[in-house]
Amino acid sequence: MSARRRNLLAGLVAVVALGAGCRQDMHDQPRLKAQARSEFWRDDRAGRPLVEGTIPRGHLREDEFLYTGRQYGQFVNAFPFVIDQKRMERGRDRYNIYCAPCHGATGAGNGMVVQRGYRAAGNFHQDRLRNERLGYFYDVIANGFGAMPDYAAQIGVEDRWAIVAYIRALQLSQHARLEDVPAARRAEAEKALSGAAPAAAGAAH
Amino acid sequence: MAQIFPKSANALAQASIIVAGALAATAGGALYWLQRSPYVTRQHETREQPVPFSHQHHVGGIGVDCRYCHTAVEKSAKAGIPPTKTCMNCHAQIWNDSPTLEPVRQSFRDGKSIAWTKVNDLPDFAYFNHSAHVNKGMGCSTCHGRIDLQPLAWQEHSLQMEWCLECHRNPEKFVRPQDQVFNVAWQAPANQIEVGKELVKKYGLKPRTSCSTCHR
Repeated sequence: MSARRRNLLAGLVAVVALGAGCRQDMHDQPRLKAQARSEFWRDDRAGRPLVEGTIPRGHLREDEFLYTGRQYGQFVNAFPFVIDQKRMERGRDRYNIYCAPCHGATGAGNGMVVQRGYRAAGNFHQDRLRNERLGYFYDVIANGFGAMPDYAAQIGVEDRWAIVAYIRALQLSQHARLEDVPAARRAEAEKALSGAAPAAAGAAH
Repeated sequence: MAQIFPKSANALAQASIIVAGALAATAGGALYWLQRSPYVTRQHETREQPVPFSHQHHVGGIGVDCRYCHTAVEKSAKAGIPPTKTCMNCHAQIWNDSPTLEPVRQSFRDGKSIAWTKVNDLPDFAYFNHSAHVNKGMGCSTCHGRIDLQPLAWQEHSLQMEWCLECHRNPEKFVRPQDQVFNVAWQAPANQIEVGKELVKKYGLKPRTSCSTCHR
């Protein structure tokens, strides 16, 4: 092999190797990615924790009612915003995601996780909770209660209130009387009650 | 002067042209196939994890919604790997003396992250946004497969560009009703194309296929 050929071959190998190297760099770029590892910091995390006490502009939690469910130190028994159909549906969705695993789809406290050995969850249909103020439920979601951990990291503030609204709806659904049904639709309810279809399950989804 | 080559050399020369062509085609075909093979794409390959977390158990068995852990999926590009606290919501009491879960308790005690292995690792030059998809009728299982049947999660698809484009060019084949997005057992109806076209119109789907859509 002549010297010239050898150089050409070496050059070719170098180009291929460099090309492969580039490809890897493009696939795994050295920039920091969400939740990725970074050897730069001692805790190996690319994501940096906020300095304690950091408050983003416009996010100072001044509204005690909205953020704590209390006013003048007492639990409120109202909502910080109007609960319409959309909010209620949002509450139902969030309830089924975050609460139903323990509290069950109807709120009886017998969800799947409880069936697998977790301490029994609160039954929303007991008198103590049926008569409890709305702010109390908000507070328990935000801070936990007994064996229940807090859900502050998983459920946003407005969603917590939507869930509270849905819990109240569940409580009504399990304690409803025929007179509570609008007159125009009472026949429908009577039919459902007399038939085999369990009306309660239908009402609670 | 005597002939250097015998007469059969003609046939040999002709055959060699054909053989060379066939070899080149085979090599090309092999590369084409290799590039798409699970050997290269790691499709259907489960990844080792520091804790053998089973989606089959949690999603299929217990019925936990995807969003219980992947809380950011509806509002962010990343679905999000849950913090150890989310594991401890249940495992403070359930399986709380299992040696298998010791790394989880360890992480909770000392505040160090569990180093999970990424299963679906897109190349860094491809932009993907979960929220843009799940809020427009694209279901989890369309990309992640039947996660409720995966003991250790695997990568369901090749994640190659042609796979992305298959859907970006024909969203009606894959789109589903918005309330079925998180139903991992959802099956396309027999008239999917028909229903899909309606949904594409209803949700205003205009998936783009220009380079800068994903390579930004």
